Amino acid sequence: MDLQIALLLTQDGIVNGAIYALLALALVLVFAVTRVIFIPQGEFVAFGALTLASFQTAKVPGTLWLLIGMGAVISIIELLSSSRRRGGRRRLTFALGWNLAYPAALAVITLLAKPGDWPLALQVLLALALVVPLGPMIYRLVYQPLASASVLVLLIVSVAVHLALVGLGLLFFGAEGSRTPAFSEASFSLGDVTVTGQTLWVIGASLLLIVALYIFFERSLWGKALRATAINRVGAQLMGISTTQAGKLCFLLAAAIGAMSGILVAPITTIYYDTGFLVGLKGFVAAIVGGMISYPLAAAGAVLVGLLESFSSFWASAFKEVIVFTLIIPVLLWRAMTPHHVEEEEE
Amino acid sequence: MSPRILVGIFLVLLMVGPLVLPEFHITLLNYIGLYALVALGLVLLTGVGGLTSFGQAAFVGLGAYTTGYLTTAESLPAVLSWFGASPWLTLIAGLLVTLAVAGVLGLLTLRLSGHYLPLGTLAWGMSLYFLFGNVSFLGGHTGMTGIPPLSLFGFELRAGRHLYYLIWLILLAAVWMTQNLLDSREGRAIRALKNGGIMAEAMGVDTARSKMVIFLIAAAFAAISGWLYAHMQRFVNPTPFGLHIGIEYLFMAVIGGAGHVWGALVGAGLITVLKQWLQDLLPRVFGASGNFEIIVFGLLMIFVFHRARDGLWPLMARVLPVKRHARTVPSAEPLSRRAHPAVGTKLLEVRDAVKKFGGLVANNRMSLEVHAGEILALIGPNGAGKSTLFNLVTGVDPPTSGEVRFLGDRIDGRSSREIARRGMSRTFQHVRLLPAMSVLENVAIGAHLRGGAGVAAAAVHGERAEEARLLTEAARQIERVGLADSMFDAAGSLALGQQRAVEIARALASDPSLLLLDEPAAGLRYLEKETLADLLRKLRDEGMGILLVEHDMDFVMGLADRVVVMEFGEKIAEGLPEEVQRNPAVIEAYLGGVE
Repeated sequence: MDLQIALLLTQDGIVNGAIYALLALALVLVFAVTRVIFIPQGEFVAFGALTLASFQTAKVPGTLWLLIGMGAVISIIELLSSSRRRGGRRRLTFALGWNLAYPAALAVITLLAKPGDWPLALQVLLALALVVPLGPMIYRLVYQPLASASVLVLLIVSVAVHLALVGLGLLFFGAEGSRTPAFSEASFSLGDVTVTGQTLWVIGASLLLIVALYIFFERSLWGKALRATAINRVGAQLMGISTTQAGKLCFLLAAAIGAMSGILVAPITTIYYDTGFLVGLKGFVAAIVGGMISYPLAAAGAVLVGLLESFSSFWASAFKEVIVFTLIIPVLLWRAMTPHHVEEEEE
Repeated sequence: MSPRILVGIFLVLLMVGPLVLPEFHITLLNYIGLYALVALGLVLLTGVGGLTSFGQAAFVGLGAYTTGYLTTAESLPAVLSWFGASPWLTLIAGLLVTLAVAGVLGLLTLRLSGHYLPLGTLAWGMSLYFLFGNVSFLGGHTGMTGIPPLSLFGFELRAGRHLYYLIWLILLAAVWMTQNLLDSREGRAIRALKNGGIMAEAMGVDTARSKMVIFLIAAAFAAISGWLYAHMQRFVNPTPFGLHIGIEYLFMAVIGGAGHVWGALVGAGLITVLKQWLQDLLPRVFGASGNFEIIVFGLLMIFVFHRARDGLWPLMARVLPVKRHARTVPSAEPLSRRAHPAVGTKLLEVRDAVKKFGGLVANNRMSLEVHAGEILALIGPNGAGKSTLFNLVTGVDPPTSGEVRFLGDRIDGRSSREIARRGMSRTFQHVRLLPAMSVLENVAIGAHLRGGAGVAAAAVHGERAEEARLLTEAARQIERVGLADSMFDAAGSLALGQQRAVEIARALASDPSLLLLDEPAAGLRYLEKETLADLLRKLRDEGMGILLVEHDMDFVMGLADRVVVMEFGEKIAEGLPEEVQRNPAVIEAYLGGVE
């Protein structure tokens, strides 16, 4: 290995690490606020990328049908529950607006306005508009009725959601992978190494998203509400913060981060319907490095995972995944060694 | 129809099955048996023990690959060569490999809080799968062929219908042993894991060991299933040992009913048949090929968690005549008792105990003594540090400085388990019973340290004599606290006052020299308090030492021999009840100062 290869691998590692960092942040966020270990995070990566790719091949993305279908089911549930409850008229209008009117409007745009001919930026926006609302919808349908369940139950349910979404992904997008055109064709030479515009896009967008999240949590009322919920659910509830709303907001953010990550990496790597799972799991390894609670540690872990992956793909490419997933074991060992205070257990 | 007849019909159907069914159905039944064996391990691990693993398929793979390698390799290293002689020896090798790997993984992950274990299993489930596919001597992604069939007394089990009997025999044996294990001293310890380890540890259960035991048993069942699989298929490749199959095993256990051994069979049967049917149906419906059945499984799983969280078996058990728990206590000779110190011996001595939480001094230079044959009451307003002191004495939290001695030996910094072994037993302020278990079983956990039969003896029910003695002891203590009529009821169905009495009975079942009671009278009605006070007096007269943390002044003053009063983490008074009641500092602490 010479310096040039090392720099190339480092560049690769940092790009992937940036994506894992985003996913790890989303996982930590969702876990802290809702106690859900969000395995389906990776499916949003694939859905985001493949929805965008569908526009470019002038196909109707299956995520549209999923959005319409889930919206319809939620609408039925809301209608049934509001008939049993009084005074929920405004809430109902709101729910029907988001779950019926919004998907219908998107359906009209997607089917009639030929998004394949649009500029890339608009296509990205439409892809996000289709995929991101699936996050809160999944929360409403799957997790909200289980809000009081144990972490373990929520984890098994997450795995179930993951399976269902992967299966749907196969149905929607087929088994073939897709790549999307780069955001920018520019490339720069830094000494011996060529840096592509897309690389800068990925790193820049990741940093921007991380800063935006930081500002959101530090400055906005909603961000503070989420932090309060993460620290103490009951306390936050007593202060008038709706944990359901907090949960939906988290899932919205997680879905947005996932879909955006997918759209960012799709020009660099071919995305298949099941790619998301591996990508998401590596985000997980990063999040576990951070102990599922610390954002900066999780981000550092993500870069570590990215570098480890790119260097091991050079030295022992067949064992790339083995090495990355085995990283978790020394990390767990280290966490097991750190003493922790005896706490009142979950009852 | 009695349960015995039902099981009989089931067995007869199993026996006759291969004689009348076509090959295809026998193959399906073989698969159900193999999957059910893995799911059974998960019932023990997840449903009963509260630990979750997504990586069982990797253990199946270890069992399958070990036998695959040893029976097909051209030239084995000399150390391993004797394993190649017979597939029955490779079963042992497979079990050893799997237990070694599971042991290491267990050591790393079982100590961590709940969700790290399943996350860890996801990760090593992945890495073992990739390892199978990338190691050249294991055949890579194409796998290994030419694995010989099993043979039994010179008869080769080549056909599916021959192997069928072996698979189901092993499965039923595993079911029988698991059921036996759960209905034993070790089994009660395992069932106590799910509701938090503090109570179990306080009763002397080594919870880390219990967790490891069920983790290893589940891994062993998976390895046996893999061994059978390899000799049934006569071929192995990585596909059936991937993470998705590991997830499927967990689904089988959960959908069938993860808390019950028969749930494993129901789940494995349902998922296997459903998968077969959907794999046929869905590609035709969607007009494309692919494993679309995972959509249905995912949705089914979500539905089960929303509507029937305990799975299908409890629903089936309502219509089927299922064996109820015995409602009799076997009569057996009483357990031997420890040598109790003479009345007046100093049992517990706390000297200058300090406990700091960061900057907060919860206990400052606390000292007290309890002697055999006396009741010492520890009282004080809320937040005085009574519970902290209780935790220091019982080994839940170590003191920052100072000494705690029991019968002269230092016990500060020792584990609750070790302290329990020395003859100190406790109750909990917030009742910690296992609500689904009967009162008798709950109390029997208290006698855990008075039995010694291990897991292997329990699995074949070779420890019935000891078990009878443990249950007899539990029943005796339940009668003592006046709950003989509720002995077989679920502990969770009792009123709070009765549950507190069960806690006391459980503590007594350990034959303690010193009994620590954390607010035993809270929530009790007048008559219940009277009964409790009578019981405590009787115990004292028998020579037991009692440390009582209590709020209820009337209760304490009529009962205690001596009283220690705490405020702001310090002792402000000590003496006879009448003296303490007249002490101005105590009056000020309780009623506020006179301005």
